[in-house]
Amino acid sequence: MSDWYRDFANSGFGTTITRQLGLPRPAVLRRYEPGRPLLPGPAVLGSTGGGRLGDTLTRVLTDAGVAVLPPVVADGPTDGEKPAAVLLDATGLTSPGQLAAAYQFLAPAIKRLGTSGRVLILADPPAATDSPATAAARQALDGLIRSVGKELRDGSTANLVYVPEGAESAVASPVRFFLSGRSAYVDGQVLTLAAADVPTGEDGERPLAGKVAVVTGAARGIGAAIARVLARDAAHVVAVDVPAAGQSLAEVANEIGGTAFQLDITAADAAARLVAHLRERHGGVDVVVHNAGITRDKLLVNMDAARWNSVMAVNLQAQLDLTAALLAAEGVLRPDARIVCVSSQSGIAGNRGQTNYAASKAGIIGMVRAWAPEFAARGATINAVAPGFIVTEMTAKMPLGTREVGSRINSLQQGGLPVDVAETIAWLSQPGSAGVNGQVVRVCGQSMLGA
Amino acid sequence: MATTPRTAAIVGGNRIPFARSNSRYAQASNQDMLTATLDGLVARFGLQGQQVGEVVAGAVLKHARDFNLTREAVLGSRLSASTPAYDVQQACGTGLEAAVLVANKIALGQIESGIAGGTDTTSDAPLAVNEDLRRVLIRLNSATTLGDRLKALRGLRPGQLAPEIPRNAEPRTGLAMGDHAAITAKEWEIGREEQDELTVRSHQNLAAAYDRGFFDDLVTPYLGLSRDQNLRPDSSMEKLAKLAPVFGTGDPAATMTAGNSTPLTDGASAVLLASDEWAAERGLPVLAHLVDAQTAAVDYVHGGEGLLMAPAYAVPVLLARQGLTLQDFDFYEIHEAFASTVLATMKAWEDPGFCKERLGLDAPLGAIDRSKLNVNGSSLAAGHPFAATGGRIIATLAKMLHEAGPGRRGLISICAAGGQGVVAILES
Repeated sequence: MSDWYRDFANSGFGTTITRQLGLPRPAVLRRYEPGRPLLPGPAVLGSTGGGRLGDTLTRVLTDAGVAVLPPVVADGPTDGEKPAAVLLDATGLTSPGQLAAAYQFLAPAIKRLGTSGRVLILADPPAATDSPATAAARQALDGLIRSVGKELRDGSTANLVYVPEGAESAVASPVRFFLSGRSAYVDGQVLTLAAADVPTGEDGERPLAGKVAVVTGAARGIGAAIARVLARDAAHVVAVDVPAAGQSLAEVANEIGGTAFQLDITAADAAARLVAHLRERHGGVDVVVHNAGITRDKLLVNMDAARWNSVMAVNLQAQLDLTAALLAAEGVLRPDARIVCVSSQSGIAGNRGQTNYAASKAGIIGMVRAWAPEFAARGATINAVAPGFIVTEMTAKMPLGTREVGSRINSLQQGGLPVDVAETIAWLSQPGSAGVNGQVVRVCGQSMLGA
Repeated sequence: MATTPRTAAIVGGNRIPFARSNSRYAQASNQDMLTATLDGLVARFGLQGQQVGEVVAGAVLKHARDFNLTREAVLGSRLSASTPAYDVQQACGTGLEAAVLVANKIALGQIESGIAGGTDTTSDAPLAVNEDLRRVLIRLNSATTLGDRLKALRGLRPGQLAPEIPRNAEPRTGLAMGDHAAITAKEWEIGREEQDELTVRSHQNLAAAYDRGFFDDLVTPYLGLSRDQNLRPDSSMEKLAKLAPVFGTGDPAATMTAGNSTPLTDGASAVLLASDEWAAERGLPVLAHLVDAQTAAVDYVHGGEGLLMAPAYAVPVLLARQGLTLQDFDFYEIHEAFASTVLATMKAWEDPGFCKERLGLDAPLGAIDRSKLNVNGSSLAAGHPFAATGGRIIATLAKMLHEAGPGRRGLISICAAGGQGVVAILES
């Protein structure tokens, strides 16, 4: 499914026309490819003063082979290599007055930023202080980063990571993610880390080596993309879908060297069967991606019980039941397990005709946040990913006008791809992402809906 | 026997839903269906790129071009291209016989794993050129001079355009298999009602098994079909009673209808067998073991025995060798070629005269507990793509035995054209 408008806007003639008419100019996004460097160019690293992450960030960047440049001087020379990323360590912030340093550092650097560039701010969480002034300064970054995201062009993104005291070791994985092509369609997001035991020595190209990953709804669309990306990252994927989707499920499993497990996740014995299968065939499970979901759209006033109940059963109740069963089964869910639940932009912003769907997807967010402490206690994590407008077979069937508007009303001015959702899930599934727990990561190109 | 060899484990199976003839799989060849079935098995057990010891399968209705059907299917599948394969054909016993061959090689340690299967299409059937035309064309092909060629061509007649269509009939009697079964049904006084009852139960059992997800890890959908097309969950005695007899119709009391006989069907099945060690190394389950098997054949041409009665002879030989009685089983899978065949076979085992005179036994084998018979449906409901039935039954029974727990035993009985029968014992 090609984006004809993006392709046109990036053609020679299209560039002229869209510039003259002031039309949106969606960029061809930089996406992850194994073997390619983390960033296509150097990174600029700065601080609001007194930060504690400078060394950590420098080490993460140099370990990844990224050259670290000093802050760009306003009105300075413009002949050097353009920075591919701008990182601001704002952990030293204590008052709103210091925010000027952030603006003074960011402005000239962003002016020089290359295409598909990255702006990443790291700061202390606003809730971790009793001082109103300090909290104000930290919270101010939220508004700053979201506005930067909207100002950036050419496929660049801006994101904010709150790092509490003691969570420094958890910083590497999110930093790598936000700088890399894996986060191509993740924009304007605010992530709060937690202190955790983060394993070292991860294989960058095969971060999921030796892991067993279950993906529900894997026969097609986003689920198939998730299965492919997890397998590419070296996981053994147990691809799950309803029996009726078995033929395409088998094709996906065979393509990625995984296994197909036909299961109706809403069946009364589904959890027991999944647990037994994982125990017998794999001796346990490391990653569970609750992706299976259905839509049965109808205005609330016209909603019937079948539509309401089936959406709730598949989208929400099955995630609850399967997760609860895995937690309860002795020795099946490995200690450092990763659960990723697919929510939706509709669950955050609401959507006309989707009361049932939006309710189920919002419920997932509540579930993830409530379960996070229990998962943290066992060294595991549970997170939600909320896709925005993702180009799939389903969106291809939408009327042209609806589709075009739906795909353009975000900072990147284009729809995301299934692989963008998959990359975010694969990142959350990594052992190194131990400090990301109870979070909701939107993969929406900073959509205007629900932001 | 000096030493008892190990027995082969049944790891699992896969089949595509069976389709009615000239319907959903009308465009699919035997090779297409077998390849899809192998790929479903590969996906279920993660065998991508792996070499298994041997793949053995076959088809009853086979095109001349399919001389290496199974090997071609392997080459088109996700299995390693270095997996050897060969074809077998024993009419409706093909699938089970293929499994016995694989199991025996595993038992002897000649291979550690293997896949047994079968495929059949009555839709994409091999039409051959008319026999007269074939001879003319052979003569033409071998002619070396223009004169000889013209002479050969003089043999052409318009009537030779009619093709040779494969028939579901015995070459030596010219009778359809159903007509043969009707003779046996009459001989054993098998009533219409009991045949219809068996048929209804087959449909109900198969439908219930699908509904509770029993086939979720035995069947992979194909070409839009996710359940057997012949299955009628709402089948009833009333509906079946309305059908007119189609076999043995020379007799006014004919009992065999399109309902209580299996329809022509398209489909394929495969079973993964292995040594226990091979399965354990890969974290794969062992559902059951193939303990022993037996074939038999009867003289239905001159000997006065029914065409489909050979399993009645094979079973007592197998029981004697294993020191078992007919009642020592938890499940019975008697292939429902026709409802009357199942009923006649069971009646024969209960009949002192038959058991004494034909089987040479002092006492009849006795009755079997009907509640243990074809409990998840059989061919009347699922359909019967000839060579695919054996694989369907083995995988189904192996799963049933596994669910029932260790030490359970099941008996498979399959009748075949040419007066043959293949029977086997599985044990969990």
